[in-house]
Amino acid sequence: MLDFVQQLVSGIALGCVYGLIALGFVLVYKATEVVNFAQGDLMMLGGFFAFTFIGMLGLNYWVGFAGAVICMALFGMLAERVVVRPILGYPQFSIIMATIGLGYFLRSVAGMIWGTDDFKIETPFSQGVLRIGSLVLAYDKLSVIAATIILCALLYLFFNRTTLGTAMRASSENMLAAYYMGIPVKRVVSIVWAISAAVATCAGVLLAPITFIHSNVGLVLGLKAFPAAVLGGFGSIPGAVVGGVLIGVIESMAGFYLPQGWKDVAPYIVLLAVLLLKPEGLFGLHVRKKV
Amino acid sequence: MRFLFKTDYEDDIRLFPHSGYVYSYGLLLAVLLIAPYVLSSYLMSQLVFVCIYATVGVGLMILTGFTGQASLGHAAFLAIGAYTAAYLQQFNVPFPVYFLAAGLLTGVVGALVGFPALRLQGIYLVIATISFAFIVEEIMARWESVTNGNEGMRVKAMQLLGTTVSRDGPTFYYLCLAVLVLTIVGTLNLLRSPTGRAFVAIRDSETAARSMGINVALYKVKSFAISAGITGFAGVLFAHKLSFISPEMFTLQLSIEFIIVILIGGTFSLHGAVLGAIFLVMIDPFLTYLKDDMPGVIAGAAATLGAGTERAGHIQDAVAAFASANGLKGAIYGVIIVVFVLFEPLGLYGRWLKIKLFFQLFPLYKRATFKRQKIYVKSERNR
Repeated sequence: MLDFVQQLVSGIALGCVYGLIALGFVLVYKATEVVNFAQGDLMMLGGFFAFTFIGMLGLNYWVGFAGAVICMALFGMLAERVVVRPILGYPQFSIIMATIGLGYFLRSVAGMIWGTDDFKIETPFSQGVLRIGSLVLAYDKLSVIAATIILCALLYLFFNRTTLGTAMRASSENMLAAYYMGIPVKRVVSIVWAISAAVATCAGVLLAPITFIHSNVGLVLGLKAFPAAVLGGFGSIPGAVVGGVLIGVIESMAGFYLPQGWKDVAPYIVLLAVLLLKPEGLFGLHVRKKV
Repeated sequence: MRFLFKTDYEDDIRLFPHSGYVYSYGLLLAVLLIAPYVLSSYLMSQLVFVCIYATVGVGLMILTGFTGQASLGHAAFLAIGAYTAAYLQQFNVPFPVYFLAAGLLTGVVGALVGFPALRLQGIYLVIATISFAFIVEEIMARWESVTNGNEGMRVKAMQLLGTTVSRDGPTFYYLCLAVLVLTIVGTLNLLRSPTGRAFVAIRDSETAARSMGINVALYKVKSFAISAGITGFAGVLFAHKLSFISPEMFTLQLSIEFIIVILIGGTFSLHGAVLGAIFLVMIDPFLTYLKDDMPGVIAGAAATLGAGTERAGHIQDAVAAFASANGLKGAIYGVIIVVFVLFEPLGLYGRWLKIKLFFQLFPLYKRATFKRQKIYVKSERNR
């Protein structure tokens, strides 16, 4: 029983990591109907920025964190301006390919600048564990869970309660109509890319003590976070986190109870099963198609 | 400029619209046939890879280009073809039998993937095919009694008509070329048949196709099966060419490369698959060439422009260091994909058509002919 709870908790912590990255996917999708395959690589880049500020320049953890978030927000805007804006509205497939290309580029450039070693950031949560009875929880994992919950709540409120959030939803529904209503669509899209890069940076920095940072971390985790977003129903913010947690728990349970080899494929098998039964994901909207 | 007057439907669907096609493709075929006697063995080897990649490209083109179903899992189909060949070869099954068996098995697997994919659209289909590819990759690594796990399998040289066909010899090249040509001709015939027109109708509008009485589900499954089957045939050749296969060869990376093939070539015509394959396979030797020769060339240019000998030497070292930085290839890949998506969405074949039109219309060519219209995002959720 204790094993089960321990696996459950570590699965949830892992799942929150996926959820955090999936949040970035969902944000961009919600506002522009663009699927950003470079999301994991933005996370990796955020981690490297934070490493540069904290590990190499020796800044305070929180100052470095904030610096990385701001730099990455600007970088997100730049990436949107250069890669996505010219083809916004074209078939989804071209945009997916463009972001895959962006991901390739970011991975290689990061590998050239920072090398291919693993890096670690010293954080206030790196050491220490919380004991509840005989259950052991590491602070670094708790910090990820807490950050995921806070970010998810903030983004949910942002999208549903603020004017800017409404404008974002409107511009994804119908961009031309949004223009007519006086929404500065280009700026809105810029802002949403900045936010999603900032969220990715949060994920990268919080992950640093758990998975370390190396130039391929984005690809590895991005490929797990992507099913998480799909499982939750692309376009639903709580769905992304729930999907992430599900994938994390499945992975951790499969690694513990099933024979070797299941750990990596179990999330995908579950994903395929869910897509078979509910093609729009768990929280996705099912809308009848119009001609 | 030539004007073609089509008087009936047979004229419209002819394989060779006019005699010029026969001459130009005949010439191309003749050049390809004498290639082994002219080109170096390294280039021949690359040419074999071009044939294999182009075959996969044609398969993927049927699914993605003509039926409009994106797939990032074609490496898995290639793997199934390759492993079937390697497995059956152990029991001394003759080449023609396992070649056909690999294609058939892969086609059946493709149909099985097609069924769940029926209800999926766009991004959900992409992730489902990625998941499928991951699962296949893991099965290849774990089903040790058949696939020999991560240690991989050796593929013996091909036995054809009682002789051994070396993987570097001209016979193997002719075989790959024949498979490619047959695939292309078969696909062209498929596309002018009712099946092919149904594929294109589904791509253009699924709802409209359905209301015209097309059984969308049936044709999507057919498209998956045909596309996978062709990829399976290519897999057999791939296995023979490499003579060793292991699960880590058939990763998502390879699937992305196949998509790059059709994207760079142009997703609207079979020419695109071949041009894209040439581009993707030849980029490696080209980059090696750049790495070896570029520093000297740039330094020479700097020297002529007035930089001192010492300065030119520094420049040469700097360029050489940059060119040998690991990961440069990935960055170039990324830039190429982005540039093509942004500036040449019709791919290499689209560029060729533009150049051709420029000369056909000589003083009258207008750039705006191919200009993309501004499109505004409209939610696919309500589409």
